[in-house]
Amino acid sequence: MRVVIAEDLALLRDGLIRLLSAHGFEVVKAVDNGPMLLTALVEQTPDVAVIDVRLPPTFTDEGLRTALEARRRWPGLPVLILSQYVEQLYARELLSDRSGGIGYLLKDRIGDVAEFVDSVRRVAGGGTAMDAEVISQLLTRRSRDEPLAELTIREREVLALMAEGLSNLAIATRFGVTDKAIGKHTNNIFAKLGLPPSDDHNRRVMAVLAYLQAGPVSPDPSW
Amino acid sequence: MIAAAGVPLNAITGVAVVLAWVPAVRAALVSLQRAWAGAVLGRAVPARAPGLRVPAWLAINAVVGPALLMAMAAVVNTVGVIFSLQPAVNSPSVTFALSLALLTLSALALAVAALMGLAEARLAELLLGGGGSLAQRVRELTASRAAAVDARAAELRRIERDLHDGAQARLIAVRMNLGLARSAGDPEQARALIEEAWESAGQALTDLRDLVRGIHPPVLADRGLTGAIEAAALLCPIPVATDLVLTGRPEPPVESALYFAAVEAMSNVTKHSRATRAWVRVRHTGDGLRLVVGDDGHGGADPAAGSGLRGIAERLSAFDGTLTVQSPPGGPTILTMELPCA
Repeated sequence: MRVVIAEDLALLRDGLIRLLSAHGFEVVKAVDNGPMLLTALVEQTPDVAVIDVRLPPTFTDEGLRTALEARRRWPGLPVLILSQYVEQLYARELLSDRSGGIGYLLKDRIGDVAEFVDSVRRVAGGGTAMDAEVISQLLTRRSRDEPLAELTIREREVLALMAEGLSNLAIATRFGVTDKAIGKHTNNIFAKLGLPPSDDHNRRVMAVLAYLQAGPVSPDPSW
Repeated sequence: MIAAAGVPLNAITGVAVVLAWVPAVRAALVSLQRAWAGAVLGRAVPARAPGLRVPAWLAINAVVGPALLMAMAAVVNTVGVIFSLQPAVNSPSVTFALSLALLTLSALALAVAALMGLAEARLAELLLGGGGSLAQRVRELTASRAAAVDARAAELRRIERDLHDGAQARLIAVRMNLGLARSAGDPEQARALIEEAWESAGQALTDLRDLVRGIHPPVLADRGLTGAIEAAALLCPIPVATDLVLTGRPEPPVESALYFAAVEAMSNVTKHSRATRAWVRVRHTGDGLRLVVGDDGHGGADPAAGSGLRGIAERLSAFDGTLTVQSPPGGPTILTMELPCA
């Protein structure tokens, strides 16, 4: 699997190259700034790009902006954004085209090597890898909302992992149950939230994320 | 003419002074008087920090006000007397003399009223006006600078403590566990120690992330005031409508002050107002920035009661900014924050 890496801190860049190479990825290019990232994406057409959100020359969200720009040109180009902090605003922007192949993870997660590698593979395959922190913020914010409040504790746990992008099988492994049992939970969740059922996993993840992000009906400002 | 209008105004004020122990009445009296004095003198009479001068002004009015009322009554009375005179000889010259007396009295009353009004306006400017004198301005700036320096020192102390008790302590634990693992004979034991070190390192990252967010949120650096407020609104448990229009980016300290003010205001809405929705608006004004945060909650927000609103006011005062709170019982609450020259 061919991967492009964009990370300006040499320590982390080298670590990522080593880690991904050790797990069967071919790092075709590793860059340390936004403009070079865009060039690398054009020339290498990688299977997935692992990008630090903050890059030179601006040292702001250059990495994120470059990733969004690249996906505007090549819809569905798989990108995994790494950051020291998560921001709902950025998650929203990354997911707004709803075409999958998106990851947004805290850099801390790299420390959990097996899971991290799994996330990179999932994104490369057109799936989703949202940080647990993004999802827990969304769930906390909407904890008072009606249909969500009606979910059982287990259903909420399944919903959270599903929103992160995990497959039924992966969720089943976490809980030590069969994926059939998880399938039952997900059907219940979709029914309770009034979401249209679908057999396509990625589409279901997108539906759940869109539901969580939409929030209560937009307010009518009283000015 | 407007100066002459001050006589009845001051007369009423003097009588209303009885009610001045009600803060709202006092504030209304003072601001009405300040506005009137400004109109008479042709220059703004800005508000001043509360001190002993407002009570002095009230005391003077408590005496002058009723006296003016009596004077007006006396003038009206004299006019009445002149009208009711039954002269022995009813000749045109007598009518003329009495009319002349009436006119003179009226003109005199008006002139005195105008002079009195001017004097009252000067008095109001002297006692109620604040920003006029340079010395006063220096005092205000000194106070706000001292508050800003204090706040900064307290902030640095907090950061030092957070680092000391948080990330630093965790990294010490990481190093200790790794050191133990290095010398451990039993692989199982080494594995457990490494596991612990791994956990501590993760905690250290979380601590540092929380700390950084409190110092300068990365999203503020990335996206400026509008983006950062947008991001904060997305974390608010109640829906927040945003209407943020800015051209260019204000100076970083101004941006930061307004951002933290907005976040504090939104967190107040969530914690205290029982609102179902809120809104945030940012605009350029003539010579500065205006940030307005409103909600449909139960109102009753009091800057004197909570540290949140006081914190916002202190943050803004370092930049000569102001916080205005409109929050009648029953709501809605509207906080208006203004910063000049941004």
